[in-house]
Amino acid sequence: MAVKDYIRQRFFPHLWCSGCGHGIVLNGLIRSVERLGMSRNEMVMVSGIGCSSRISGYMDFHTLHTIHGRALAFATGVKLSKPELNVIVPMGDGDALSIGGNHFIHAARRNIDITAIVMNNRIYGMTGGQYSPLSGPGIMATTAPYSNIDQGFDVVEMAKAAGATFVARTTTYHVQQMADIIRAAILHEGFSVVEVMSQCPTYFGRKNKQGGAVEMMKRMKESTTPIGSKAKAENPELIERGIFVQTDKPEYCSEYNRIIERAMGGV
Amino acid sequence: MTRQIKFIQGNEACVEGALYAGLEFFAGYPITPSTEIAEHLSRRLPQQGGKFIQMEDEIASMCAIIGASLTGKKVLTATSGPGFSLKQEALGYAVMAEIPCVIVNVQRGGPSTGVPTHVSQGDVMQARWGTHGDHSIVALTASNHQDVFAMTVEAFNIAETYRTPVILLFDEVVGHMRERLEIPEKGEIPLVERLRTAVQGGVDYHPYLPREDGRLPMSDFGDVHRYNVTGLVHDMWGFPSDNPKIVHGLLRHLVDKIENNASQMAHYKTFYLEDAETVLVSFGSAARSALHVVEHLRPRGEKIGLLELQTLWPFPADVVQQYCNSARTTVVVEMNMGQVCQMVKTTVRHPERVFLANRIDGVFITDADIRNVLRLIEGKGV
Amino acid sequence: MAKAKLKEHRINRDWCKGCGICVAFCPKTVLEMDDKDKAVAARVADCIACRLCELRCPDLAIEVEVEKP
Repeated sequence: MAVKDYIRQRFFPHLWCSGCGHGIVLNGLIRSVERLGMSRNEMVMVSGIGCSSRISGYMDFHTLHTIHGRALAFATGVKLSKPELNVIVPMGDGDALSIGGNHFIHAARRNIDITAIVMNNRIYGMTGGQYSPLSGPGIMATTAPYSNIDQGFDVVEMAKAAGATFVARTTTYHVQQMADIIRAAILHEGFSVVEVMSQCPTYFGRKNKQGGAVEMMKRMKESTTPIGSKAKAENPELIERGIFVQTDKPEYCSEYNRIIERAMGGV
Repeated sequence: MTRQIKFIQGNEACVEGALYAGLEFFAGYPITPSTEIAEHLSRRLPQQGGKFIQMEDEIASMCAIIGASLTGKKVLTATSGPGFSLKQEALGYAVMAEIPCVIVNVQRGGPSTGVPTHVSQGDVMQARWGTHGDHSIVALTASNHQDVFAMTVEAFNIAETYRTPVILLFDEVVGHMRERLEIPEKGEIPLVERLRTAVQGGVDYHPYLPREDGRLPMSDFGDVHRYNVTGLVHDMWGFPSDNPKIVHGLLRHLVDKIENNASQMAHYKTFYLEDAETVLVSFGSAARSALHVVEHLRPRGEKIGLLELQTLWPFPADVVQQYCNSARTTVVVEMNMGQVCQMVKTTVRHPERVFLANRIDGVFITDADIRNVLRLIEGKGV
Repeated sequence: MAKAKLKEHRINRDWCKGCGICVAFCPKTVLEMDDKDKAVAARVADCIACRLCELRCPDLAIEVEVEKP
């Protein structure tokens, strides 16, 4: 199947700003799915609310555009009810880790076979540029006009701590790595978290004088490094990219099927 | 006919009704006085290949059942006041996206944490208007276990017929008391199954285009039709729109599909109303005491009767008018500050003849309480 | 393994929003922005069919077709 077969072409050009990183994630996602050769009828994409979450409308899958922060809860119902479906959950940083924080850690804890993609542009874009739990201190935003005092989460550390069995990070600059990681995340049987550092040139970039999309992507290239690289040892400030966790643990739906077997066996 | 007979709590009667109706997926969270529903289903559902999950909170429970419903299953969640408040946003999503599901609220003392182990009927208005925006809602209730069972089955039938969430507003007394239940045999109560589209794969399927008979055929996630579901106002393909024609059309459709069929959903019971001059209007466990009053006073020559409402929303105005317009006195019996009384007053021809007999202290309203109010209304003192 | 050979470099001007990402990161400076703020493959002969422009385009506006081996 051609890559274009995975999108709802009639809605293009899409609604994202010029240079928005989310379009690059969409690009990587459809290539990953195409390489995996999956049937569109077995794919369900569940998203929340925000610029990131609009991605589902553009994909030719079964798409479920839900309420802010709750995509993983809806997705858990879909997946547990029909485990043969392949459930992918793209969310923004605010959607996944602010209002959605609780659902994020519990989906990870359950190790349910869902692929969560956190499209992290460190801002609330759709509502006009407010700070998020991933913005970090010193950042300017419409609700932090004197600069943000909030510390930011580390998505990878949170996912690890919550028990996710596949945890990875990449950026919209590193498109080859992104496609590889998304593929591995989808294939992984268990809860997968992929953080994709993405750029919002319109709000984050402008308010923080980080330039346009190109400058922001160059910055992602310069401020990140592969896991355990020499560069990281020399400069601890660098953010590591790659697969941090990839382990096998009992998957939730399989475990529940065993409960059903026991219950039907008349225990 | 050999029906199974059980002596159980109302919560368990609800479970029996749900399983009878074909429940296959439950997501919930523990909260008094509804927890038994979750506990029973955690045991019963896997015994028949169904799925049970205790989610991390009430919001997640409501979201999870919506997700599961889209894969083609009949779904249920259960809670009480504080949890019902939490579910409102997701409940509105189910209204907007037209997703069949059933939500049980076993009412307890409110507001807020309130009195968790005591009865009240304080969530009637919340069931109607808890979620934001113009919308209609279906809420059923029952006063005894046989009707808990029957109304639970009916809730699933209404949910499937109209592609809508349905609320079951029970209360702590009915939920926790033990009573006899006769479980009907298979086929005794007709069930409405999920209506699936006949549109073939590859042909345009409109998830939100009603058939001529008003029903909206669905398609399961995983099947041949890939469409979009969203809480945004949407066109008939499920894609977001802010076009005024579409907004108007969708909002009217969501309300009309319930309100225009209100008479089909108006369930109620009448006791001694043929020549009643005093009409008691009640619902849920309060109706049990109201019935006691009627059965106590009738042999003494009082022309008194009871209209027991089993459908609270859409409010059965026609039924209330039919039985109350010519009554000398109407007394609404409820354990709240007059939420149904307010509705009755706006419905009947003579609102000045409508009175409230209530109790709000967490103690179950008794026939003595009601008789005292009747005496006060008649100027006789307690 | 032989290097990929470019067959055709296509840019969908309806979808291109002129972000400049493809231009900035092309290793062979094949691309530039035209006077309508759309990307064009000005030096298509230099294209090595690395396809990074196609992968990085946020608007899916670029298709790099390679010769079948």
